[in-house]
Amino acid sequence: MKYLARCLVALAATALFTGPAAAAELTGTLKKIKDTGVIKIGHRDASVPFSYLDDKQKPIGYGVDICLKIADKIKAELKMPNLKVEFVPVTSQTRIPILTGGNIDIECGSTTNSVERQKQVDFAPTYFVTGTKIIVKKSSGIKGYDDLKGKTVVFTQGTTNERAMKAYNDAKKLDIKFIPSKDHAESFLAVQTGRAAAFPMDDILLYGLKAGAKNPDDFVVVGEFLSDDPYAIMMRRDDPAFKKVVDDAVKGIYKSGEINKIYTKWFQSKIPPKGINLNFPMSDGLKEAIKNPNNTGVGPCGKMKC
Amino acid sequence: MDFSFLSQPAFSGGGTYLDWVFVGIKWTVLVSLCAWVIAFTVGSVLGVLRTTPLRWANGLASAYVELFRNIPLLVHMFIWYFVMPEIVPSALGTWMKQGMPMPEFWSAVFALGFYTASRVAEQVRSGIQSIPKGQTNAALATGLTLPQTYRHVLLPMGYRIVIPPLTSEFLTIFKNSSVALTIGVLELTAQARTISEYTFRTFEIFTLATVVYVLITLLVTVAMQVVEKRLRVPGYIGTGK
Repeated sequence: MKYLARCLVALAATALFTGPAAAAELTGTLKKIKDTGVIKIGHRDASVPFSYLDDKQKPIGYGVDICLKIADKIKAELKMPNLKVEFVPVTSQTRIPILTGGNIDIECGSTTNSVERQKQVDFAPTYFVTGTKIIVKKSSGIKGYDDLKGKTVVFTQGTTNERAMKAYNDAKKLDIKFIPSKDHAESFLAVQTGRAAAFPMDDILLYGLKAGAKNPDDFVVVGEFLSDDPYAIMMRRDDPAFKKVVDDAVKGIYKSGEINKIYTKWFQSKIPPKGINLNFPMSDGLKEAIKNPNNTGVGPCGKMKC
Repeated sequence: MDFSFLSQPAFSGGGTYLDWVFVGIKWTVLVSLCAWVIAFTVGSVLGVLRTTPLRWANGLASAYVELFRNIPLLVHMFIWYFVMPEIVPSALGTWMKQGMPMPEFWSAVFALGFYTASRVAEQVRSGIQSIPKGQTNAALATGLTLPQTYRHVLLPMGYRIVIPPLTSEFLTIFKNSSVALTIGVLELTAQARTISEYTFRTFEIFTLATVVYVLITLLVTVAMQVVEKRLRVPGYIGTGK
């Protein structure tokens, strides 16, 4: 009994002295990272060159590099140089529930910052600007969206491109038959095997998929932008202290010009696993986003009204 | 929990999110029932073959069972959907991909049906083998041929004995049908996932999906109990009550 009482006193004392002090300094994600000693980064498996697995199944990419910079900043902020970085794979569908559920702290993939998603999560400043186009077989002769009338289109579940394409289909009454698929690789496989005529996706990802195909020249990316998709790193909502650290880290690499080095590494050089070069110069939209960091999201239906 | 989103107009294609749920239920039931027809017929034939004295038939059925039940269902789905059209003659393959109506549906039905057939086969076999050998011998001694022995002596008893495990298998096929979402069948789980993507009402929609699955399986259980009661042989197993 005496022992128990002493334990209780010790506990109360600990709570009294350390509890409030720590709580005043750290809350939310920063506190979680400090307590667990681990920062958990969500990554994708096939979002080339943003976030994907190399031939050793290690997550790499433009987004992953930026997230590692953020991790460095968090280490500095918390004065914990030995903070462990843990990678957790996510998909288009699982990324938001996994993030809000707390199993990852930031998501570094190819996530479009949309107004809809802002109700669920918060976004760091835009780090890439792309838009929806479609990839088709060159032999199909499809030149634009209106050629898709009555054809089959495959989409990756849980993407903004799905919405943009469906909104376009509804508006133009194209009578497209949609088939869902669970990831980009599988969607592209449906186009490769002729099961679907087209796959709407962010154009940069389409170039990545095309470059990785067995015969890249058999495929062509066509169409105007159906939507503008600004990419950003996701984190949990209503966590201003953590958001500030992440935002500062991103703005820091924009300001120092380090972003140019990271950009060149992934978009204008040979990248693993096949040593292909995407040769994708920085767009004006991205240059603008780097000059004036912002996290404006895109509306729900791309460029269509809804 | 707030289920009011169900009556909201859905993002695309007209209708409400509740309509999407009903579409999901429709495909779940259709895939499961069609697959069960395949599973039951093919499984019965294989189960019988495994108990016959014909060695080649026995070996063939054993090979099927071992091959099909040892491959994950997910892989079955992928093989039927993505690999099959590439290995058949190219004209047929093209038709399977572009001409055939509802390719993902039929792929799912075949994958689920032939996979479950291997499990049904084992149960039918165990049902037949649990009948005392003396009954077969007696039937043959009275002048019945082997097919007649199966038709009038072994199968009527064997099936009755395995109704409970077959009920489990029938329930499993409803739950396994959710794997069909990986090849694009918009069954209940797929619809729940899509709706959660659009409305962010993840907990609500999956709670609803869970309730629907439970209702479907309860219905099946009750139906199978009726079947069991009607078919039972007095004095045999399952008649304790």
